[in-house]
Amino acid sequence: MTVTVSRPAGAQQVPLPLDVEAIRADFPILSRTVRDGRRLVYLDSGATSQKPRSVLDAERDFYENHNAAPHRGAHQLAEEATGLYEAARAAVGRFIGAPETEVVFTRNTTEAINLVAYALSNAATAKEKAFRRYAVGQGDEIVVTEMEHHANLVPWQQLCERTGATLRWLGLTDEGRLDLADLGTVVNERTKLVAVTQQSNILGTINPLERIVARAHEVGALVLVDGAQSVPHQPVDVTELGADFLVFSGHKMLGPTGVGVLWGRYEVLDALPPFLTGGSMIEVVRMEGSTFMPPPQRFEAGVPMTAQVIGLGAAVEYLERLGMANVHAHEEALTGYALEQLQAIPGVTVIGPPDTVARGGAISFTVEGIHPHDVGQVLDDLGIAVRVGHHCAWPVVRRFGVPATTRATFYVHTGYDDVDALVEGVRAAQRFFGTTPEEAPA
Amino acid sequence: MQLQSMYQEIILDHYRNPHGRGLREPFEAEVHHVNPTCGDEVTLRVHLDGDTIADVSYEGMGCSISQASVSAMYDLVVGRTVPEALETGEHFKTLMQSKGDASVAEQLEDQLEDAVAFAGVSKYPARIKCALMSWMALKDASARAWQGVN
Repeated sequence: MTVTVSRPAGAQQVPLPLDVEAIRADFPILSRTVRDGRRLVYLDSGATSQKPRSVLDAERDFYENHNAAPHRGAHQLAEEATGLYEAARAAVGRFIGAPETEVVFTRNTTEAINLVAYALSNAATAKEKAFRRYAVGQGDEIVVTEMEHHANLVPWQQLCERTGATLRWLGLTDEGRLDLADLGTVVNERTKLVAVTQQSNILGTINPLERIVARAHEVGALVLVDGAQSVPHQPVDVTELGADFLVFSGHKMLGPTGVGVLWGRYEVLDALPPFLTGGSMIEVVRMEGSTFMPPPQRFEAGVPMTAQVIGLGAAVEYLERLGMANVHAHEEALTGYALEQLQAIPGVTVIGPPDTVARGGAISFTVEGIHPHDVGQVLDDLGIAVRVGHHCAWPVVRRFGVPATTRATFYVHTGYDDVDALVEGVRAAQRFFGTTPEEAPA
Repeated sequence: MQLQSMYQEIILDHYRNPHGRGLREPFEAEVHHVNPTCGDEVTLRVHLDGDTIADVSYEGMGCSISQASVSAMYDLVVGRTVPEALETGEHFKTLMQSKGDASVAEQLEDQLEDAVAFAGVSKYPARIKCALMSWMALKDASARAWQGVN
């Protein structure tokens, strides 16, 4: 679906690669109204995305026609459930250019990161020598960045507390980009793992991962890429990425809640001890001890979130039909337009890169004299859903000296009309609170 | 627009011209409360004279609702005894749980004075914690100050 639709008026409104009206028809929730009959302008896909009908249908079809626990049972339904579950794994693998044996299903990005963090500390005390290869301990260092979501920061702080390792981080520039000036010293021979986001959930910045991956591998460190905000919005191929782990969530990419993905290079996954243990992940269990399955099963203990995994498979197929390059180009056009329009409003400051260079469709901003919660409340009254607060990236808002920001995020169903509504909404907030610069008290 | 039901003029007045703002000496207890979902914070001090709250002083950053709430609270509790202030806090909590039921606000008008204007906030679940943050801080600080004095 690469229909080019010309949209009316507006000099900066370049034609969008995606057919917004056709796509909106696929999302049942977008036909509802909010706050006294207003059209829903959903600009909070960065928190969680809405779901197209094909994803909802896939989950319903599973429960209505195939429901059984996968990988156990000898009956027909169990066979079908296993087949659908594994087909979804293959689809997710294809989506990121990975073999299915390297795709582990988790509950979400947060759990995927915790899986790796706990595997690295469990490694130190693993009974099997093969599992101790990546053990983290005293004297070792873990490197993160100042722009990480709490999910890619707190688990590493905790790993360091458990093991006596040291947490180090790369700082930010005033424009909201990674400051790589001291990359060579922060990432050094003691570094065991570098955890970095591909796209900041708050600043929108897309990071230059090649340099970071190259430096990390030069010193023998593993690299974990947080793809929660990139995999849903741009083509990501794990071979090109060159990292050791990639983590992302289903619910931010049109899929259900309750399913996330850990991709890991097989050789690395195979050397990691399990995080959660129990059924499904074992090879042989005796009272004296147990042995474990190879990846990915080793990391999928218990009956999995089968319907959600199948729903994610359908989400991936939906995105593939649109084409991820088109999705990226679509959001880039909207982002350029929105940055221009928002920054033209006196009193509005964008926190993050001011243009579309190496930047995704997450725009955080402040409105002088109005707290983000109050901006969000006025927008909500107009039917516009945005995120307000620190966006689970508290060090970032602290770095930029603001208590919080208002954040708009775009996706496949976002059109110029949504951006126009946002811009008008911000102006309405300024009028409501009497902070329109012309009227502002000196 | 339904916004006016929450952003009453009284609330916006308190927000723009907060009463009693600033940290003052002396004080028997100081607390720091944070709303972890949005990062709003308040530092609040209580100074007792016997059982009576002689002063409440505070600094903080946050949305209009949280900032107006602490200002209205200052007006309500200074000069009252600690048990009276805590009872007023309970009334305010009741108001916040009223889900926009006007009869609750009517019944509490005498006890809550200006603060009854926050009734509209009770219709917005996400904002109730903004209005309650300062009252939680007061409860905490006065309990500590009370322990210190008695």
